[in-house]
Amino acid sequence: MEAIRQLGQYATLLYHALRSILEFSTYRKNLFQEFVKIGYESIPIIMLTGVFTGAVLTLQTAYQLDTDIYPASIVGSIVGQSIIIELAAVIGALVLAGKVGARISTELGTMRVSEQIDALESMGFNSVTFLVVPRVLSGILMFPVLYVVAAVMGISGGLLAGTLDGILPAAEFMQGAREFFFPEDVVFGVVKSFVFGFVITSISSFKGYYASGGAEGVGNATTQATVLSCIYVLLSDFMLAALLL
Amino acid sequence: MIEIQNLSKSFGKNLVWENVSFTISDGETLAIIGKSGCGKSVLLKHLNALLYPDEGEVVIDGHKLFELSYAELRKIRQKFGILFQGGALFDSINTFENVAFPLRYFTDLKEIEIRKKVEKALEMVNLVGSGDKPTSALSGGMRKRVGLARAIILEPEYVLYDEPTSGLDPQTSEEINDLIVYMSEHLDITSIVITHDMHSVLQIAEKVAFLDQKKLSWYGAVEEMRSSTDSSLLDFIKASEYQI
Repeated sequence: MEAIRQLGQYATLLYHALRSILEFSTYRKNLFQEFVKIGYESIPIIMLTGVFTGAVLTLQTAYQLDTDIYPASIVGSIVGQSIIIELAAVIGALVLAGKVGARISTELGTMRVSEQIDALESMGFNSVTFLVVPRVLSGILMFPVLYVVAAVMGISGGLLAGTLDGILPAAEFMQGAREFFFPEDVVFGVVKSFVFGFVITSISSFKGYYASGGAEGVGNATTQATVLSCIYVLLSDFMLAALLL
Repeated sequence: MIEIQNLSKSFGKNLVWENVSFTISDGETLAIIGKSGCGKSVLLKHLNALLYPDEGEVVIDGHKLFELSYAELRKIRQKFGILFQGGALFDSINTFENVAFPLRYFTDLKEIEIRKKVEKALEMVNLVGSGDKPTSALSGGMRKRVGLARAIILEPEYVLYDEPTSGLDPQTSEEINDLIVYMSEHLDITSIVITHDMHSVLQIAEKVAFLDQKKLSWYGAVEEMRSSTDSSLLDFIKASEYQI
């Protein structure tokens, strides 16, 4: 029963957000701030995640494959495709569920319990337009950019690990990656990151916006936002794979 | 004018109060008093539809508040300023920007005009020179005064005060009370004050609404309060005087 109530509340919040999306002047300033917080400030952690994911994937792929049977370039093919189709988007999203999702839910939750949201409403503001719309919109627009960064860094990390560990030369790694590079895989990755951006920012905004019960309530909202974001990222990943691949 | 008509509110199975009715005339200062947890703040939040009742109506200048569309409600809300219990200042911006916030979004004033208005409002609440301070650096009393400056910056018709003196030392409480009186006398503001501080009530209010036992237990002018035969109101006043 509680789950149905929350689903209704989430749908209502999204409906109000969608209805007020044209009130650009209300959230313009916040939108640019969120571009910086969600996009620009996430670049270091996304680069780090991408590099290490690619590097580990290269080492593990080489370990599991017998390169006497397969050409060494297959490592580049496997790493390149895995990064582009799956890992850059999903691992990036899981990291961002912690970084971006937790920040959004904590920020909005604190605003709720300290009556800052009530203060906005009492002034005649539409608090959903002012607070939720820029966060969700920024997530939708910035996650694909972060996906591209993660993918580039993942392949670079793989190439670096393969070369430094003496598994295969850089040229061979890139040859393998190019052989199995299909532009539609990138489109698939971008679509996934677009969906993940929406899932994480909307769930986190929802949990924060309706937080209650002081510091403990904000803590609970943040935990729920992070856990639910991760679960729905994985669920939507599966659904998109089933639908689009 | 604000008319509260047969208002009832519950949270789940917990009844907060029922059939609350009274009127607040223009320019009047009304104090809503009662024990902690009797639903004073809940009642205050109904006055500009931050909360909705189970039954009843609030009529603001002839507009039935709970029948308005959200766009209409936002217009009505601009007639109000609210001083929240903890100030509800936006912690991502400094003191000056908190006070300037409504001006930036609801007026077409130029920067120099905004600066003048904000400085005047800060002066009114005795916070000259505090504009650059982050809100985290403000004391409880200063936060309330900044909240008050922000509440009146758009020159509202009604100001709602939620426990304006709670948690403050007697001297700061006195300053806040003086400000409330000054606002209603000089800015022609209708004030509704939630408090359980009888000292404040006697200093600022003209009318009193006493919430007790899940209903409006007593309503009348301050002068009529002591001659009241309502035993729970008399107990409340007696307890307050004992504390003083």
